[in-house]
Amino acid sequence: MSAVFKPDETFRNDFTFRNSPEAIRRFPLPFVEDQYMYSVNIEPHMPGAKGSVVEFAFDVDEHYVAECRERAMVLDAEPLRYQALPHMMSAQWDCLELIMESLARDYPAHFSLAKRANRWHWINQPLGIDQEFTFGDPATLPREPLDFITRQAQGDFVVMDQRDGDLWAEAGMVTTPADWSLDFDIGMTFKEWHGPVPLAHEIGVFDRALKYLLNLRLGQPVRRLNWTMTVNPRLDTSPENYPKWGPDRATVTRQNAGDLVHLRVELQGLWRLPRSNAVLFGIRCYLISVRELATIPKWARRVHRALKGLHPALVDYKGLTRYRDTVVEWLAPFDDGSPTTPGAAPD
Amino acid sequence: MSEAQTLEVEVTSIEQVTPLIKHFKLRPVSGDAMPAFSGGSHIVVVMRTPARVYRNPYSLLSPPHSLDSYEIGVRRMEESRGGSHFMHDRVGVGTRLEIAHPVNLFALDKIARKHVLIAGGIGITPFMAHLEDLHEGRVPYELHYSVRGREHAAFLPRILERTGERVRMYYDSEGQSIDFDGLLSNQPLGTHVYVCGPAGLIDKVAATARAWGWPDSHIHWEQFSAPPVGDAFEVFLARSKVTVHVPPDQSLLESIEAQGVEVPYLCRGGVCGFCQTRVLELDGELIHNDHFLSDADKAKSNTIMPCVSRARCKSLVLDL
Repeated sequence: MSAVFKPDETFRNDFTFRNSPEAIRRFPLPFVEDQYMYSVNIEPHMPGAKGSVVEFAFDVDEHYVAECRERAMVLDAEPLRYQALPHMMSAQWDCLELIMESLARDYPAHFSLAKRANRWHWINQPLGIDQEFTFGDPATLPREPLDFITRQAQGDFVVMDQRDGDLWAEAGMVTTPADWSLDFDIGMTFKEWHGPVPLAHEIGVFDRALKYLLNLRLGQPVRRLNWTMTVNPRLDTSPENYPKWGPDRATVTRQNAGDLVHLRVELQGLWRLPRSNAVLFGIRCYLISVRELATIPKWARRVHRALKGLHPALVDYKGLTRYRDTVVEWLAPFDDGSPTTPGAAPD
Repeated sequence: MSEAQTLEVEVTSIEQVTPLIKHFKLRPVSGDAMPAFSGGSHIVVVMRTPARVYRNPYSLLSPPHSLDSYEIGVRRMEESRGGSHFMHDRVGVGTRLEIAHPVNLFALDKIARKHVLIAGGIGITPFMAHLEDLHEGRVPYELHYSVRGREHAAFLPRILERTGERVRMYYDSEGQSIDFDGLLSNQPLGTHVYVCGPAGLIDKVAATARAWGWPDSHIHWEQFSAPPVGDAFEVFLARSKVTVHVPPDQSLLESIEAQGVEVPYLCRGGVCGFCQTRVLELDGELIHNDHFLSDADKAKSNTIMPCVSRARCKSLVLDL
């Protein structure tokens, strides 16, 4: 999708973020049936349907410029949202290469990458960046490679080193988290990092996921969807800023739920990195208001039923306890009880 | 994950570097650069002959920063089932082969304070790529390279160029052998040891290191078992509803693949555990040849690594 950017929309204060009708129709709804439960829902990250969020390796949509500006604001206030341990430098270059090559190949109108041996020339038109540098030499970039490139990409990124039969979260850029902190988690193993997730450990989800990821192959990335809900279209729902967004959850009423409450979907991608043998974990966040969702009749019925039947432990873990019932009530008039067609796509 | 994507390559040079080892250079037929890789990676080379298909893993020994071509070293195995003989006798300059993308099951630990590398014979190959990375870095390392005799010291000139005095050679023919206790009893904390070579060498290093109190997380080894030959047996694949005959010189995995049934695999050498398959019924015994399952798991006889393991049985049913 060659998007028309909306550079002035905001994810804080006046919250002017909105989805265009096209962005609504391509929204990655995670509910493939009327009930929701965890599964190891991993699939190959192969190019998907034209115009869909998985058409390309890294999706660039109408919110690109605004999201990059939001990221810069978070980093100005809290520089530790970007961190990389010293042994992750080769993985940083792997990430820079993967993202630059993908964007230049998939969005030639916006990005270009020219290489002459190790001399690289990167142009990012939407953000007005024109940078020549030497691949492999950090001194030729204004910031560390991972910092430099992930300021120009939507979504959070964590880079995991593979050693001792485990994956260690040891570098990352995290400014749009669903209530978790890179500064707290950096250096943790895969299961330590996912420690707070309820139920999944008991049913073996993380054992299987870890085993799968340890054998992730070069050139064969995978993806999955995850979701939660957020009050207001706020990207930075970090533990660091809990006092700013936590109280929002007490403001939801039957009248405003459709506009205030947003479904927050993470398109998670995982790539084996070639030189470092590390794994890149991309967590791309998509927001949509419940009112925007309800413009698609199938989705209104589907989301109403999935939320209504959600396991109580998941309601608590996802932080929905205070307002889940209110959203269900808001959606109830849209659900006439008629069946939904299989899969998540709009009818 | 299904069958690995393969890449078509052409052999651009072959050099007999020792009486038993040939050194191959492979370039992509497409003319593109090879995919970048990390030191310690291996590729699986697919060899198609009229009679059968061989898929053998070989470590990449070329420098990871040099992607014009990949280099591998192939030792002629005395009891070859045919793969190494095919590479030695049937492959020439210009021969086209298929390879799977690199997979790394033998990476250097990135937070190690020091690396001790121990190679026996053809086991030198993964360390060749590691040496390129170590040469650039600031982490101290030493290489101990043991071979039968001077004429068997493959790649020694290139090693000396890279490592200088950090390599120590051991020639069996001159009565030299590695002093494992001396080597492993006196290393600084945070040292990792890596060994690649014959099973006896790996067992000796691992046992000595453990006896001196090294944690398992600091002991690394890689040994691709060639699938051992054995008696013929038959297996029934429950989901595919196919009976497969496994001849003496073909592995269970190869025999299943020959029937057109795909089994996910990575190393094909009993190391990674990726092809682990459930045993549904067994009248007889499994012959486990892998390095992945624990002894306790092997004793349960409810799972098997078809890449290297076999059975001596009246009947065997697998969940495939």
